[in-house]
Amino acid sequence: METKGKDETRLIARIVAGEKELFHELIRPYERMVYLTLISIVKNETDAEDGAQEAVLSAYRHLGSFRGDAKFSTWLTTIAINEGRKRLKKAKGKAEDSIEQQTEEREGDYTPAPLTDWREIPLEALERKELREALRRAVAELPDIYRQVFTLRDLEELNMEETAQALGIGVNVVKVRLHRARILLQKRLVPFLKTTAPARRGLFGRAV
Amino acid sequence: MKLNCKHVWEHISEYIDGAVAAQLREDIERHLEHCEICSAILDSTRNILVLTADNRTFELPVGYTERLHERLTKEMEGSEEDSDDK
Repeated sequence: METKGKDETRLIARIVAGEKELFHELIRPYERMVYLTLISIVKNETDAEDGAQEAVLSAYRHLGSFRGDAKFSTWLTTIAINEGRKRLKKAKGKAEDSIEQQTEEREGDYTPAPLTDWREIPLEALERKELREALRRAVAELPDIYRQVFTLRDLEELNMEETAQALGIGVNVVKVRLHRARILLQKRLVPFLKTTAPARRGLFGRAV
Repeated sequence: MKLNCKHVWEHISEYIDGAVAAQLREDIERHLEHCEICSAILDSTRNILVLTADNRTFELPVGYTERLHERLTKEMEGSEEDSDDK
């Protein structure tokens, strides 16, 4: 990590100094992250791709203003989030509340769903395309504020502090939203998992 | 402290992240040893996260990378003379 950060800092310095084409190299490891951030906000593939391009171009144009105090990935994610929010606002029009105003609901059931036969589900079940599809759908259907935290933390694998910084919220808020997002997904996928594997009887049936 | 299931569920996310204090961690693990339900919930949640991090689950649109770099190249060429925004 340390060396990666140093290499990156050097790369950025060279780009700012005029070796523009090196930006291609700088951005490559983050292309996926930028797109996933956008799709977690705008939810439409074409718009997400457009937004991802705009965010990357914006990062390129403003690279000179990047200060090394944040990680490049966090800085880039912030740009991507802003681009997404801008698009969302435009799409929704001014009548709607901005997404920043959304807060946690006090109500709601955030207890996981019990499943007793999970261990009996063969590992190959996880390889099934249907399960991936179900997960994609479940993530898309999460409330916006939960999906965004979940995307940054569990999909893009930012840490708690980076996620909080990128979204402009506190670490404790990230924790609550992440917990709820994970539980909601667990609940959504349990029925699906139950139907993908034939139920086996017997307490000791799991020994294969 | 003896934990009940509900207590364990409240900490499941932090437990997965390895972010619970040592004592609580121990209590949770003692509970998990004898509680099939909580063990299954923990396993299923973990597996969902493994699946989430798998690049095949959330795929990029076909040609995304090519289009992105093409646009970047255009921007770089276009900004040779004029480095100002817009």
